[in-house]
Amino acid sequence: MKYMSEFRDGGLAKKVVSVIERESKKNLRIMEFCGGHTITLLKYGIPDLLPPSIEMVSGPGCPVCVTSKGEIDTAIELSKRNDVILASFGDMIRVPGTEKSLLQAKAEGADIRILYSPDDAVKMAKENREKKIVFFAVGFETTAPVTAASIKLAENLGVENYFVLSAHKTTPGILGALLADEVKLDAFVCPGHVTAITGTAIYAPLTDAGKRCVVSGFEPLDILTSILMLVRQVNKNIAKTEIEYSRVATKSGNLHAQKLMKEIFEPIDALWRGIGVVKGSGLKPSTAYSRFDACEQFSLKIPKDDKETKGCICDQILRGKSKPTDCKLFKTACSPDEPVGACMVSEEGTCSVYFRFGGMQKGEMVGAK
Amino acid sequence: MCLAVPMELIEINDFYGVARMGGVKRDVNLMLVPDAKIGDYVIIHAGSAISLLSEDEARKTLDLLNSIEDIGSIPEKGE
Repeated sequence: MKYMSEFRDGGLAKKVVSVIERESKKNLRIMEFCGGHTITLLKYGIPDLLPPSIEMVSGPGCPVCVTSKGEIDTAIELSKRNDVILASFGDMIRVPGTEKSLLQAKAEGADIRILYSPDDAVKMAKENREKKIVFFAVGFETTAPVTAASIKLAENLGVENYFVLSAHKTTPGILGALLADEVKLDAFVCPGHVTAITGTAIYAPLTDAGKRCVVSGFEPLDILTSILMLVRQVNKNIAKTEIEYSRVATKSGNLHAQKLMKEIFEPIDALWRGIGVVKGSGLKPSTAYSRFDACEQFSLKIPKDDKETKGCICDQILRGKSKPTDCKLFKTACSPDEPVGACMVSEEGTCSVYFRFGGMQKGEMVGAK
Repeated sequence: MCLAVPMELIEINDFYGVARMGGVKRDVNLMLVPDAKIGDYVIIHAGSAISLLSEDEARKTLDLLNSIEDIGSIPEKGE
């Protein structure tokens, strides 16, 4: 078994769709929180396969998109220092800060490297002892333990010139913010890899509020099965958290990763681009690991007062209030090559996904607007 | 961003190992899955194994879907 192609079987997908059609009776507004799910949905044209009773709404689950301009500006500031090599994931490099992106800073001479893993930054630190290597860390609970492990690795190897500029964000706070919104959402397709780390307890506030939750994998059959499970919860008039992605995610999550995250990081208030400050939804190295904290070591303070570009409605899109096609800038002033707002900057940002894979409303014809 | 892929673990050296998908091999950090054994499938994200993958559970999900009759119904997924 390859664990991928099996979950892309078109014949099986047709069957699941027919069962969804038959069983879906009430209107259901489902948010897919994770950008990875948005890609699968649009790439495989799933919204068009669903009956009119089911509406899919994209959520704020793209860590690159919600990285604040202040965080990017701080990374650029650091990259200008002669003694610093700044390293980050490829997705982060093109995201515009207040004045420029890391890519533009690199073109102006800053030493900025693209990495696949934070461990590579630790290795770079080992090989460049005269330089300070700063890893600009972004991501939700899927990625935060990987950064935590890199700090542990640096500690084990006695590497003293490795630092983390943490823009990590966590999901419980933002789920609370979505719940507090007046947007009507009945159910959530929950992120499979975040849950693989956290377990399902983080969804309790949602189910307590009567929202249905299914933790889903990332292949098309996973998402269709998750939607069917949500339809069935509605029909039974129950609201609970179920796991469709049972081959990876469990109720308790990855306890080793949770323990390591708790040891290395502590929560801070974080600014989500397009959304605002969400209490306790960020992570920074804890006091015991503050020698790895770039903010601490370089006496930096990340500004928390982003201003979005005029005309951009990313704040509405990230909260499920609007769709990319509602925005005047979409496909005009704003494109993946020249992103204006948060949702167009990353490959899995809602606007970027709609741009690349169509992004029409159900029943909308090509060219009609 | 939370993209992660299943790979087979073919070598373990302390908290590092080698994982394989098709013809691609790469070093992976195993600090987050200390219970992983050679031959296990693990989920790889940003160079780290973040979770084990259960073949039994994968088969259960697929068996369930395969059991759908064209006009029949899909059984409930177990708790």
